[in-house]
Amino acid sequence: MSKQNVDTVCDTVKQSEGIKQKSESADGSIAETLRRRGVSRRDFLKFCSAMTAAMALPASFAPRVAQALEESKKPTLVWLEMQSCTGDSEALLRSANPTVAELILDILSVDYHETIMAAAGHQAEEALDKTIAAFKGKYICVVEGSIAMKDGGIYGSTGGKSHVDRARQVCGGALATIAVGTCASYGGIAAALPNPTGAVGVQEAVPGVTVINLPGCPVNADNLTATIVHYLVFGKIPALDSKGRPLFAYGKRIHDNCERRPHFDAGQYVEKWGDEGHRKGFCLYKMGCKGPATFHNCPTQRYNEKTSWPVAAGHPCAGCSEPQFWDAMGPMYKRLTNVPGFGIEQSADKIGLGMAVGVGAAFAAHGLVSSLRKDKDPAEETKEV
Amino acid sequence: MSEPLVFKRYYVWELPVRICHWVNALSILILSITGFLIGKPVIAGVSPESYLMGWVRFVHFIAGYALLISVVTRLLWSLRDHCFSGWREYFPFLTREGWREIGMMLKFYFFIDRKTPDAVGHNPLAVTAYVGLFMIFMGMFASGFALYAEHAPSGVMHTVMKPVYILLSTQGLHLYHHIGMWLIICFVINHIYSVWLLDVKEKGGEITSIFSGYKYTTKVHVFSEGKECDENGCYIKVKK
Repeated sequence: MSKQNVDTVCDTVKQSEGIKQKSESADGSIAETLRRRGVSRRDFLKFCSAMTAAMALPASFAPRVAQALEESKKPTLVWLEMQSCTGDSEALLRSANPTVAELILDILSVDYHETIMAAAGHQAEEALDKTIAAFKGKYICVVEGSIAMKDGGIYGSTGGKSHVDRARQVCGGALATIAVGTCASYGGIAAALPNPTGAVGVQEAVPGVTVINLPGCPVNADNLTATIVHYLVFGKIPALDSKGRPLFAYGKRIHDNCERRPHFDAGQYVEKWGDEGHRKGFCLYKMGCKGPATFHNCPTQRYNEKTSWPVAAGHPCAGCSEPQFWDAMGPMYKRLTNVPGFGIEQSADKIGLGMAVGVGAAFAAHGLVSSLRKDKDPAEETKEV
Repeated sequence: MSEPLVFKRYYVWELPVRICHWVNALSILILSITGFLIGKPVIAGVSPESYLMGWVRFVHFIAGYALLISVVTRLLWSLRDHCFSGWREYFPFLTREGWREIGMMLKFYFFIDRKTPDAVGHNPLAVTAYVGLFMIFMGMFASGFALYAEHAPSGVMHTVMKPVYILLSTQGLHLYHHIGMWLIICFVINHIYSVWLLDVKEKGGEITSIFSGYKYTTKVHVFSEGKECDENGCYIKVKK
């Protein structure tokens, strides 16, 4: 739907000059803005290389990324806060590439973000209304948090408007919508049973619009930046998988790229917290790791300036970036989901073993009775026939 | 006992049927053992080079392919018009006569009546269980190969398996794959007990037949449509 729209992203921002400018350098290209802000050419190229890597492109693409960023202008971006813990905003604010100020104020022109904007109350809502009117079909909408759908959406509202209405209005007029975090993508924690607010992801709440899902708890800020850079470089949204996630970040299972994978294949597992294997960095499979069921680039991209990620820190993957997290991924420290309807702590294997023992016992009893009977005389058969 | 018993020799299980049976049995055994080890690795590799789990998984995948090929072969073999192994044999629950015979078998199992149906090949209750087993197999193939294909999300198998991923999450697939194993184990217990019962206690010759292919019986296999089987399992029309 928005492919054509996306192609015009660069022109859009050029046209938008003069409509609504607040920063002194907003009319410059991204590279120029960064230069003015004191970001060296070297740091800019480092950023381009990092983004190229994040998009899973070969290093030879880095100059092209740099060129595109030098030429393109800042896209207008609005950030909607729905039913969330603001963890994704936190992740973005603490992102390293580039540093907070550059990313928020210069690379992106964030016109509306409830958490970090100075304006408050009606002023803030007014700013949003102005932005979406002035840049209709040209701005990028980022949604954080799930959308409460139950009872007409009364369980989530901002400025007197329900989240679902706001999402329809803002996402509907956007060039594209990026759902950041698992809640915005699939409902997340808020959608866990019994889901009292009827929480769903953006795509489900606003079916008609183009949504790029960037699940994760929180979203990896590098993946968000890379998605936006992908727009700027190629003029289109990245290739998505069947769950609406960019393939560059969600194309491989954690299990298949895991740094502890050799220990899995070798049969070396952590059996208990703090045991010999845990200290040696063995595989966390038996501690309930959901890496084999989770598609994300955590092992390569990592979090917080590529410092670490759960498995590197010795904790099993919780499967936070998959649909139906939390329900489908529990219990956190067991490999296998519990069997629904059998109460807590009833694993499939316990029930299966019980079943097998039951069947065995039934047939053993039958066998006992049968063995007490006389063997059949084949002659009887002919009599009966 | 005035007249001597007349035993007829039937060639009930042709060679491909027997091969499929034993490949199934062997692969179920291997798949269950390796599958259990994959789900709950009680093994421990001594060094990172041991590749123990790697081999267990490899054997599991090979056995999975073996079972798939065997089951598909058996399905194709059942397309032949054969009264012991043909597809017609597998749907007794679609006919009134079939239900009568299933009832007979149930009465037999509940010690109500010792008479068993005049079936030379499968008995109708067993055949119904095999249909159930084939359904479980299909579920196991779908979940197993869907899980297997996840290592290459852009691969052909992953694309083919797309409907499975829409139906169930990966964790759900793991869960139902485990449950499927236990259902098959329950079937195996039932199966082994029943052949013991019907062979040793009822003198039906079930156990030797799956090795030799032959059954010696005084029974005459009659089909509801008035068809009968000759010694090689071909249909003969019987005048009513």
